[in-house]
Amino acid sequence: MGSLLRMNRLLSSIVDSCNCIIDPQLPADDLLMKYQYISDFFIALAYFSIPVELIYFVKKSAVFPYRWVLVQFGAFIVLCGATHLINLWTFNMHTRNVAVVMTTAKVLTALVSCITALMLVHIIPDLLSVKTRELFLKKKAAQLDREMGIIRTQEETGRHVRMLTHEIRSTLDRHTILKTTLVELGRTLALEECALWMPTRTGLELQLSYTLRHQNPVGLTVPIQLPVINQVFGTNRVVKISPNSPVARLRPTGKYMPGEVVAVRVPLLHLSNFQINDWPELSTKRYALMVLMLPSDSARQWHVHELELVEVVADQVAVALSHAAILEESMRARDLLMEQNVALDLARREAEMAVRARNDFLAVMNHEMRTPMHAIIALSSLLQETDLTPEQRLMVETILKSSNLLATLINDVLDLSRLEDGSLQLDIDTFNLHDLFREVLSLIKPIASVKKLFVTLSLSSDLPEYVIGDEKRLMQILLNVVGNAVKFSKEGSVSISAFVAKSDSLRDPRAPEFFAVPSENHFYLRVQIKDTGIGINPQDIPNLFSKFTQSQALATTNSGGTGLGLAICKRFVNLMEGHIWIESEGLGKGSTAIFIIKLGIPGRANESKLRFVSKLSENHMQMSFQGLKVLVMDDNGVSRMVTKGLLTHLGCDVTTVGSRDECLRVVTQEHKVVFMDVSMPGIDCYEVAVVIHERFGKHQGRPLIVALTGNTDRVIKENCMRVGMDGVILKPVSVDKMRSVLSELLEHGVVLES
Amino acid sequence: MEIVAKLQKQFMEFISALYREGFLDDQFLQLQKLQDESNPDFVFEVVSLFFEDSEKLINNLAAALQQPVVDFKQVDSHVHQFKGSSSSIGAQRVKNACMAFKSFCEEKKIEGCMQCLQHVKHEYFLVKNKLETLLRLEQQILAAGGRIPDLS
Repeated sequence: MGSLLRMNRLLSSIVDSCNCIIDPQLPADDLLMKYQYISDFFIALAYFSIPVELIYFVKKSAVFPYRWVLVQFGAFIVLCGATHLINLWTFNMHTRNVAVVMTTAKVLTALVSCITALMLVHIIPDLLSVKTRELFLKKKAAQLDREMGIIRTQEETGRHVRMLTHEIRSTLDRHTILKTTLVELGRTLALEECALWMPTRTGLELQLSYTLRHQNPVGLTVPIQLPVINQVFGTNRVVKISPNSPVARLRPTGKYMPGEVVAVRVPLLHLSNFQINDWPELSTKRYALMVLMLPSDSARQWHVHELELVEVVADQVAVALSHAAILEESMRARDLLMEQNVALDLARREAEMAVRARNDFLAVMNHEMRTPMHAIIALSSLLQETDLTPEQRLMVETILKSSNLLATLINDVLDLSRLEDGSLQLDIDTFNLHDLFREVLSLIKPIASVKKLFVTLSLSSDLPEYVIGDEKRLMQILLNVVGNAVKFSKEGSVSISAFVAKSDSLRDPRAPEFFAVPSENHFYLRVQIKDTGIGINPQDIPNLFSKFTQSQALATTNSGGTGLGLAICKRFVNLMEGHIWIESEGLGKGSTAIFIIKLGIPGRANESKLRFVSKLSENHMQMSFQGLKVLVMDDNGVSRMVTKGLLTHLGCDVTTVGSRDECLRVVTQEHKVVFMDVSMPGIDCYEVAVVIHERFGKHQGRPLIVALTGNTDRVIKENCMRVGMDGVILKPVSVDKMRSVLSELLEHGVVLES
Repeated sequence: MEIVAKLQKQFMEFISALYREGFLDDQFLQLQKLQDESNPDFVFEVVSLFFEDSEKLINNLAAALQQPVVDFKQVDSHVHQFKGSSSSIGAQRVKNACMAFKSFCEEKKIEGCMQCLQHVKHEYFLVKNKLETLLRLEQQILAAGGRIPDLS
């Protein structure tokens, strides 16, 4: 009871202290109360709606850093609103509960508002700085925009340069390059006029060569030594020049002020000179001048990037021009080569025709000429045998001599041409060397004795009697040389000596290229013919062996030679892998003819060329295979028996095996031939060949291996060859075929059926 | 001697017919050449061996083709052998039949192989018949004291 009383007293004191309580006993304040009521209501409403709006808008905006603040504010406002709302109930008599609620609300409000006030102290400076940062960012953005603009412009320029370069470099024709440059530059930079001045041939003037607007510019020239030109040529940068300078007066002066003009040098490089920045002197270089004019009726100025573009283009043009020059050069060279080729081809064809004509002629003449000659000589000699008066005899002798001479001439000419063609081949055979020399001697002796010349012959003791070589041609050489010796000696002697050349005498100091290589089956014959005749002028010695030449001294005498003799001898000696030369100490001092030729030694020499025998002569058929041990490997019983029968019929001693292993077990050195059927499936047969090779090695005792196959497949043949088989035969084999195969095998060690 | 002449004539006609009809080819001629005094029964021996071999091969082939899963490699090797022996002896038609058989083997066509086997068998029995007749004629000629005429 006491507590209740106390509570009552507390409440009334609170009620008393609450400002919001209006004394209910003043009825005149009814209107005021009503307004207060309404205002409180609206205040509450507003207070409640503000946080709602805040929340709504904050939710909409994605970025708002101060949510906490909002919550606080919101709480504060809500509580204020609540307070005012609750106030509505306190105008009239209200229960204690309402009072409690009111109190709670007020307390909370007080709390929150204090906290909020404290918070704001921190927050408001931050909010202010946000604004500063925003300004700063805006400034930065503007700056970046500007820079972007610049970069874009540069990139544009770069693109233009690339495009220009591409256009310029896409052609290798000088005129197109220059024209394209001007056109593209004009387009890119929107120029009024663009012109190129090229140096003239003399180098003293610049001539207007190309302009943008005029197709064919009139030949304006300016001297090259103008100060403005020197200024431009002095630097590799673009130079602004006055529109009134002679190089810039390209258009007829119109009503408008001419726009800005720039000029740049374009190096005209030599083919080998590509370093643009590395030029030592100015005077040796040639430049062209490019002049660019902006449109006259605009206020445009030359921008830096435009100037850069012009510089780059000028360099590119220089390079492109060099390339064009190189191309022109190479085209010219190629055309020249083609012409030369055509000419050469024509010459070759003509030469071929000439050769063919000559060969035809010779072929015909060979026969046609010899026949009548033969008739003349034969009949003349017959005539000689008959009874003739001395005058007639003389006449016949002359006829005979002349026709012999003519016959020799014909022979010489024909021989020489064949020698030159390379179509002459030596007739190699065994002959008696000693006899040959003696015959030459006996032929020469009569003539020599008429001229009272002594002829001697000395053969060295180690000279073989029988040799292998071309007897007829050696005789021809000897006769020719000895004949010359006799012919050109009026008195004295002619000595012929022959011996085997040793290594020291093989080298002739005058012919260092001649290097004789003696071998086991050959030797070198050295023959010296010394005469005491009229000798030879040392100047004439080199020409001795040339065709048709005769020295003056000789020409006066009635030599009656063709001049071909020595040339032919030289050819023959060369064919015999030898060398011939003449030594003389001078006119009147005689001369010595020396030649060395290669001859074969019979008995020791083997046939160097294995002559391919495709058809065997009957002699070989007589060869007996009696007792020849052979081995036949075949897995087919019938086939085996047939092959065995075949070989037995020919007289062989045949062993048969049916498999690879058996074959390897049975085969011995005594078996001369192994016949192997390779049409057995599997590749075992080849292995057998390999094993046999390994077992019996490469020496002569190895059994020969021959493959029998029913299939002429190239692959089989190759496989057989690869494993080292000695032959391949196609089944079915007839008796005759087997016979010839065996003969060939035993004779040559190999048989190949084509 | 009339008998001999008649037999010889019969022999000649028969063997010429065999060559003409393609039962035998040059290879058989070669075999006949190989028969001489040192080897009087050469042809008979070879032919007998051929008969033996062939019958074995035919049986093997038939067995191989009867298998549920046919081993074509095996079949091929048998046919190869048969072809080899028939060509060694000069049995041309058998050899040709074997060649056709081989191609079916390579294509692994079982129906074709069966047919070929029948064909080969047929040809083989034909040529066997002919060869037996020929050999008998030869025997008769020899028995009558004559010589076997040379065809070359």
